[in-house]
Amino acid sequence: MTDTMSPFAGGIVGTPRLRKEDPPLLTGESKFIDDLQLPGALWISLVRSPHAHARIDAIDASAALAVDGVVAVYTGADLEGDWAGPLPCAWPVTDDMKNPAHLPLAVGKANFAGDAVAVVVATSRYAAADGVEGVVVDYEPLEAVVDVRDAASDRLVIHEDCGTNVAYDWELTPDPDGVAAAFQDAVHHVTETYVHQRLIPAPMETRGVAVVPAPHNGDMTLYSSTQIPHVLKVMASLTLGVPEQKLRVVAPSVGGGFGCKLNVYAEELVCMTLANRHGVPVRWTETRTEASTATIQGRAQRQTIELAADADGKLTGVRATLLADMGAYLQLVGPGVPLLGAFLYHGLYDVPVYSFTCRSVFTNLTPTDAYRGAGRPEATYAIERAMDSLAVAVGVGQDEIRSRNFIPTEKFPYDSPAGLIFDSGNYQPTLDRAKELVDWDGRRAEQAERRATGSTMHLGLGISSYVEMCGLAPSRTLAALNYGAGGWESATVRILPTCKVQVVTGATPHGQGHETSWSMIVADRLGVDPDDVEVLHSDTAISPLGMDTYGSRSLSVGGTALWMATDKVVEKARAIAAHMLEASAEDLEFAGGTFTVKGSPDKEVPLAGVAFGAFTAHDLPDGMEPNLEAQVTWDPGNFVFPFGTHIAVVEVDEETGAVELVDYAAVDDCGNQINPMIVEGQLHGGIVQGVAQALWEEAIYDADGQLRSANLADYLVPSAAECIDMKLDHTVTPSPTNPMGVKGIGEAGTIASTPAVMNAVVDALRPMGITDVRMPASPMTVRRAIEAAGGAS
Amino acid sequence: MEVSVTVNGTGRSADVEPRTLLVHYLRDDLGLTGTNIGCDTSSCGACTVLVDGRSAKSCTLLAAQVDGAEVTTIEGLATADGLHPMQQAFHECHALQCGYCTPGMVMAAVSLVDEYDDLDAAGVRVGLEGNLCRCTGYQNIVRAVLAASE
Repeated sequence: MTDTMSPFAGGIVGTPRLRKEDPPLLTGESKFIDDLQLPGALWISLVRSPHAHARIDAIDASAALAVDGVVAVYTGADLEGDWAGPLPCAWPVTDDMKNPAHLPLAVGKANFAGDAVAVVVATSRYAAADGVEGVVVDYEPLEAVVDVRDAASDRLVIHEDCGTNVAYDWELTPDPDGVAAAFQDAVHHVTETYVHQRLIPAPMETRGVAVVPAPHNGDMTLYSSTQIPHVLKVMASLTLGVPEQKLRVVAPSVGGGFGCKLNVYAEELVCMTLANRHGVPVRWTETRTEASTATIQGRAQRQTIELAADADGKLTGVRATLLADMGAYLQLVGPGVPLLGAFLYHGLYDVPVYSFTCRSVFTNLTPTDAYRGAGRPEATYAIERAMDSLAVAVGVGQDEIRSRNFIPTEKFPYDSPAGLIFDSGNYQPTLDRAKELVDWDGRRAEQAERRATGSTMHLGLGISSYVEMCGLAPSRTLAALNYGAGGWESATVRILPTCKVQVVTGATPHGQGHETSWSMIVADRLGVDPDDVEVLHSDTAISPLGMDTYGSRSLSVGGTALWMATDKVVEKARAIAAHMLEASAEDLEFAGGTFTVKGSPDKEVPLAGVAFGAFTAHDLPDGMEPNLEAQVTWDPGNFVFPFGTHIAVVEVDEETGAVELVDYAAVDDCGNQINPMIVEGQLHGGIVQGVAQALWEEAIYDADGQLRSANLADYLVPSAAECIDMKLDHTVTPSPTNPMGVKGIGEAGTIASTPAVMNAVVDALRPMGITDVRMPASPMTVRRAIEAAGGAS
Repeated sequence: MEVSVTVNGTGRSADVEPRTLLVHYLRDDLGLTGTNIGCDTSSCGACTVLVDGRSAKSCTLLAAQVDGAEVTTIEGLATADGLHPMQQAFHECHALQCGYCTPGMVMAAVSLVDEYDDLDAAGVRVGLEGNLCRCTGYQNIVRAVLAASE
């Protein structure tokens, strides 16, 4: 299936191109945060509460201070006066949301295991770690609230000043009477409850911070392994009271984020204030164990979804209710994560009425926040799992129930019952193609054969069709959702005197290949070589304007800013070229890097000539500024809505409970593709991350709030040995909401794959009467489900 | 204590605490920061280097244990003529995204290809089980290692 509607004519966009990011990463030349050489820097290490909930009665640092190399120890109380405010939550989703003060170092009480209560400053990382061993904290352990339902009961209130564990209630029910009527009249009424376990994002690089002060002029440079240097600059300035113009934030090479580096963290502010206090660089590198408890976790929701349908299985209403675990405090955008899914619990199905309600509660666990997909995997999981239940109730196949309910292509742009406008879609072809790729009918026959012969190796097939909203986000929509910032993005295109090009982007990459893709876009349009385009980013001194990378926004928002900045610089070049050619600007064509007078092909000037002319400024049109540079800040008018269908085939061993993924097909539509190689790479990684939720990963807590899977030996990030080759294909349905016709693809794989796998697991076991298996579907969980259903023992 | 190692063909030595891990010796004492650290439990393989030609997790060895040995880090693979074939294969197969696991993954793959003839996809998958990548889903890594093994 090929693209016929690309706006690109330069022959570069749309074909795979190897990444210019690779050589430094492949050779060790790239500098990640811990690679920075900072002579004279002091290292810090945090003293963290081993208890999920405990009063801090006293802290004795004397033994720590006696350790060779330890310079100082500070408690939360020592630094309390350094903060202009608590750690920020930028998404107060309701006006009465409860937001307990979240200080970088806890004072009085620790509220989760991992909450920092003191900091050791030392001359080396080893000495700092030794110092932590010497800090004696007198804790008074308190009972911990671990379960969200227990939390919601307010049996034990964690933050006394809030008076409740409920952070907020939020509802989206545009037509309550319609919803009530739909369920009243339903022929089929499906009700399902699903649990999204807590997940640890686990980028391979943990977090790290280094702060370099200049005490005499007041400048400060904050290096952080962050996805959001621009947002961080504003937030850190507000939280610490540092004048924003004196603060520079740099994200060096960042080793993955997946949402967990989309935050403002205690360690960033602690390093800043200690750099101020000591007047020398202060740095910190997170250990993996710390990364498991002190960095945000994801998912952690209980969902109930109800479907109303007529006799044919045509949906007439969807109602979803959520109980979301915020953890001990509200992080930067944590309260908004359920809202990012709130509009999508009807999936890609044409439903007249819709209701979503969410209650978010505090627990004594690590705070949660955005993790790859953020709200949309949860929504997709609920509807896609429930659609399989509906198929069973109606007595049709999982494919047929979806086909009957897909939003018809002619209905786009589609006014969704939740109040969104889906930009474009054509869903059925993705299902058809995915079925071809896994040989759906052949696999069904194989499944029947195994069942008929009494095999204990059960085959299961699972479909997940999805649509997601990404390209965060129209600023006015964010305002309507009470988000504390905008969703625009910035780009600058600067054509240098020698016709080399500098691009400055505010979309901060951390593995997504922006340098390559942005170069391709500019090169395609300007007629220059992609290698002659340099993309600058991730440093607020170089790229002062930006909203960074998350929510699959970089291309559809930042790329559109880039497209428009390119337009703007070409228009300026056109005026100069017209002046040089003594023609009118409207009579010029620009193609292949050359301006030509229409109808007079011998009258032409290359962009290089214009660029040098703009630099010398010897003969520019009257009033024109020298040089060729244009900057655009673009605020999108709508989200973009990528979609697709994934199908998983699994084999479940009835005797051991082991689940093996045996085939996987993904057919996705992200509109026009810039670099198909990068699109596929994003899908590969995203799919595996979603499969991992289904089969392997869980932050396991005990009843005391202790994390039992706090390192990579216990938390099962999949290796190559667990994974299989995926079969990918795509369709192309351009978005009409941006000039490139693009949609995001960074989260689609993760959004789609979890329900595909779990539907397959349940499909394998359904003859035993099993309708749900808790995630992750580990051998133990599967065996328990089989035994509970009265199956083989 | 004084630890002397031949690193990437050059004799290096430094005075370190006896408890110094090899990876910290390489990174902090020799300034070879291409070798990364991704965990506390020898699980992720980001720190993989070659010790006397065989892959080893440098977070799991003390610097003192390799005194007198030959160590190759990611900085020692490419030559003036260009990338090592394994690095080139990773580039051509889009086998890296954020690139943090990449130095360790490449070193492990170099050792794997050196140790086994006739590697197939399943062999590569099992052989790289000790190296985690969160970005790529491994599909292109497997492709790259097979390409480089030919």
